[in-house]
Amino acid sequence: MSEVQDYPSRISDPKSRKAETFSYLPAMTSEQVKAQVQYIIDKGWNPAIEHSEPERATDYFWYMWKLPLFGETSADAVLAEVQNCIKANPNNHVRLIGYDNFSQSQGANMLIKRGDM
Amino acid sequence: MDLNDSMNLISEFKFFKPKEVKPMAKTYNAGVKAYRETYWMPDYEPKDSDFLACFKLIPQDGVPREELAAAVAAESSTGTWTTVWTDLLTDLDYYKGRAYRIEDVPGDDASFYAFIAYPIDLFEEGSVVSVMTSLVGNVFGFKALRACRLEDVRFPLAYVMTCGGPPHGIQVERDKMDKYGRPMLGCTIKPKLGLSAKNYGRAVYEVLRGGLDFSKDDENVTSQPFMRWRDRFLFCQDAISKAEAETGERKGHYLNVTAGTPEEMYERAAFAKEIGSPIIMHDYLTGGFTANTGLANYCRKNGLLLHIHRAMHGVIDRNPHHGIHFRVLTKALRLSGGDHLHSGTVVGKLEGDREATLGWIDIMRDSFIAEDRARGIMFDQDFGAMPGVIPVASGGIHVWHMPALVSIFGDDSVLQFGGGTLGHPWGNAAGAAANRVALEACVQARNEGQEIEKTGKEILTNAAKHSPELKIAMETWKEIKFEFDTVDKLDVKHK
Repeated sequence: MSEVQDYPSRISDPKSRKAETFSYLPAMTSEQVKAQVQYIIDKGWNPAIEHSEPERATDYFWYMWKLPLFGETSADAVLAEVQNCIKANPNNHVRLIGYDNFSQSQGANMLIKRGDM
Repeated sequence: MDLNDSMNLISEFKFFKPKEVKPMAKTYNAGVKAYRETYWMPDYEPKDSDFLACFKLIPQDGVPREELAAAVAAESSTGTWTTVWTDLLTDLDYYKGRAYRIEDVPGDDASFYAFIAYPIDLFEEGSVVSVMTSLVGNVFGFKALRACRLEDVRFPLAYVMTCGGPPHGIQVERDKMDKYGRPMLGCTIKPKLGLSAKNYGRAVYEVLRGGLDFSKDDENVTSQPFMRWRDRFLFCQDAISKAEAETGERKGHYLNVTAGTPEEMYERAAFAKEIGSPIIMHDYLTGGFTANTGLANYCRKNGLLLHIHRAMHGVIDRNPHHGIHFRVLTKALRLSGGDHLHSGTVVGKLEGDREATLGWIDIMRDSFIAEDRARGIMFDQDFGAMPGVIPVASGGIHVWHMPALVSIFGDDSVLQFGGGTLGHPWGNAAGAAANRVALEACVQARNEGQEIEKTGKEILTNAAKHSPELKIAMETWKEIKFEFDTVDKLDVKHK
């Protein structure tokens, strides 16, 4: 039994809280985030940025950072906005969204920065 | 509507005749006519509003193809074995099924395809039951046939629009569950029979806290003496609530409401709604299309997602020469209603040819599916605005299959790991976490442009560096493969 590891998730530990897609992976490097932005752009989706206090991350609606970047085709421009959002909300979770207006859904929605918990 | 209104409607019907009026010139001759005289119409051009069916037939010795195709058209529509005088009281030339084409089956000299068109008013609106009763009714027992398989059906859009379809559909489910940009993950709780409700709830809690989105009742679990449904529902809902509080993510457990009677089924569905369960489950073939369509309507009205299992499908769809192809059962379910449907995995323990599976996955999800013989799709099918069904890949899959599954199924799917979660050496939560890490790593790599079926091993190995749960899972299942030949192959030429 000693070889069996405990699964270290606790309600008392805020770090056990996840935040959907990519919240089970290590934090992405800026290069990795850029590749995800490029994926959204290549799909023809509209990039958008949202953020939330970590303790309210389960809400359906996070704060929208400005407006979705309709028609933006530069990954660097999207990344710059991500940085602006993080700077203005340093303690918050930040996620990157790709709005797919044909499916009327979000083709992508991923956690790209974990807030302090 | 009061009685007078009804009477007016009835009197109006007398004048409603949506077809050409022909002179009354027929006389009654008792006896048996060759079917082909009436039902074989090679010059017929199918209408957009017609139902089209493709049957694969093997005749008894000495029965000509045209005669058999015509007989199938007759027996699945207006005909019976002999002429009857009441035939002359209606316009049978309008109502009859028409065998309009015959084709060879590639690689199979014993069989042939018969294409039959049916006018839309042979079928009751919004009733898959009505359609199935005709198309796969008495005709399948017809003596002149050695074997008969319904390969595909084109449901006209005009008919599709009379059906309720999925209670919510893919987009609404994603919004309700708040899950985007990846396949969802599930797990069927095992052992399938014998657990007490509280021990069962424990297994549910563990897989959900570990990172799965859904867990599922095994289809065999309904309300047996060892675990009555009400106890199971309550403990599972408690497991969901705690796992949600712990992970901060939305969770669900498919509570199986399949029951011996519709009354019992609705009672269970109502209780699931009352305790706040987001999703319930039904077995649409053993439960039947009438029960399924009613339950789908209930789910739409009450905000419950509906997961559909397909017990008995292997009896109906696996024999390549007799029965109903699963693509037809898929269309029937989409019309009857369901938000999830089991599709096979291609790579796991259960039967499923890759191209054929891709075909019926499209039939579940897409608005328009073009004829594609390479996938066994015999007709264009237009579902118009009807929501899509999420395919569920379940059965004998584990972390090593993840790259192939993400590649085959794409994001709009549920990947369901039963043994591949519960069989983890450290338990369900670790097994769930291993699957979630593997899934997210594959999605991340795919988005980066990698061909993940080729680089899968490297992706998983890298991901395992920060996930001890995944590392152990990979060591546990690396030798397990299910490489048996498919029994129901697509009809293609011999090499």
